[in-house]
Amino acid sequence: MDEALLRSLTPSVLTVLVRRGADFAAAEDAVQDALVEAIRVWPADPPRDPKGWLVTVAWRRFLDATRADTARRRREERVDEEPPPGPVPAADDTLQLCFLCAHPSLTPSSAVALTLRAVGGLTTRQIARAYLVPEATMAQRISRAKRTVAGVRFDQPGDVATVLRVLYLVFNEGYSGDVDLAAEAVRLTRQLAARVDHPEAAGLLALMLLHHARRAARTAPDGSLVPLAEQDRGRWDTRLIAEGVGILQAALARDRLGEFQAQAAIAALHADAPTAAETDWVQIVEWYDELVTLTGSPVVRLNRAVAVGEADGPRAGLAALAGLDAALPRYPAVAAYLHERDGDPTTAARLYAEAAGKATNLAERDHLTRQAARLNTRRRR
Amino acid sequence: MAKYLLLKHYRGAPAPVNNVPMDQWTPEEISAHVQYMNDFAARLEKTGEFVDGQAVAPEGLWVRYDGEGRPPVTDGPFAETKDLIAGWMVIDVDSQERALELAGELSAAPGAGGRPIHEWLEVRPFLTAAPGGMECHAGG
Repeated sequence: MDEALLRSLTPSVLTVLVRRGADFAAAEDAVQDALVEAIRVWPADPPRDPKGWLVTVAWRRFLDATRADTARRRREERVDEEPPPGPVPAADDTLQLCFLCAHPSLTPSSAVALTLRAVGGLTTRQIARAYLVPEATMAQRISRAKRTVAGVRFDQPGDVATVLRVLYLVFNEGYSGDVDLAAEAVRLTRQLAARVDHPEAAGLLALMLLHHARRAARTAPDGSLVPLAEQDRGRWDTRLIAEGVGILQAALARDRLGEFQAQAAIAALHADAPTAAETDWVQIVEWYDELVTLTGSPVVRLNRAVAVGEADGPRAGLAALAGLDAALPRYPAVAAYLHERDGDPTTAARLYAEAAGKATNLAERDHLTRQAARLNTRRRR
Repeated sequence: MAKYLLLKHYRGAPAPVNNVPMDQWTPEEISAHVQYMNDFAARLEKTGEFVDGQAVAPEGLWVRYDGEGRPPVTDGPFAETKDLIAGWMVIDVDSQERALELAGELSAAPGAGGRPIHEWLEVRPFLTAAPGGMECHAGG
């Protein structure tokens, strides 16, 4: 069965139902039912017109559910007013759907779940597996999210920035279970960037492509992390890099710099270097300066300190670190790296061990413990 | 089938035989250890006995209710807390013997010098939530 096709049809099927007057929450449930049905039926009996099939099945489910609902309501003698049928969406339906699913009234985890289901066409079970939570929990999260946005009009203009933040979160979740969330985020961002005229949408797409290009090189066969400097650059995906760089250049030419474009520019400079030693760290520091101006984020300053350490030497890097809060995530890891380069393996080993204790994921913890072990072993010899 | 919790401690368990902190191992020894743990979990998935496995960070907070309308009180982290859980594995097995056998294998994970750590693991049976199908009439 062509699951990619099925998923790509989801938002348009959903908007057909909304256009016919179904409210968003009920329409979304009906489409989800149709998706689950398609996954069951299509392998043995593929439809000639997949979208038509989905619309028919989803609409039937919607009518069944509405009838059951109306009957129940009558039984309960409730006269709650039905919300007026949704206005006919004018502009781009899928874009409106993105705005709704990333609505600022939603928590990040709800927005992510709703986006993956209504726009991404994933089933609740797949989303639950990807985020390692029980399916019932994910189902609740999604239905609460839909209640939260129930009053939002479908045709209200939204903020592209909120959608970008949601997609960025999905991308960073990586992949576990049978769904590759990073690839899914790339697919959805690609769709979005094609629909909106927004340099930051292009910037985010470029950023994702440039990072995605390095994925195969980022982990060793045993699952351990391989730092950027030690990656086999021959395993980077040059096609994705070329695409990312092209998209970034077009975005930068419009002279409306944003956070994602600046981050993508840094990723592009790494991608540009044939070897780690040939990295243009001076330019990377300049982009970090831009990022600091744009965001003021202490995490950005922390990463900037690493770049300064490479461009101007470890002492300069440590000086850049000096003004920062040592409680920042990854601060001990950055400090360890700079102290090692500064020729102080004892301090570096202690800081790496401290960093391992503060790591938030297992791969990173094991990597940092290995770094401490590497320095301690060398000292003993 | 019965579920058991295999608990691993950062602190609080009796000292293992091969008691060298991980940052004093060689990187290769760390890799061998991680591999052993992954293989162990993968094998239990194949036998249909694996339920869940998680690791938790060494630092956390104590929290308690502080009355209506107030934010909860937090305290810690307590560096001196005697018992500190590092992670757990939940298994679903046919007998206590099998649970102990598996805990023994997990405790044999290699450490410094590639030798087994002989780490002490805590094995705790789950209390089942539902009453069994047979009613107990004793005293009834």
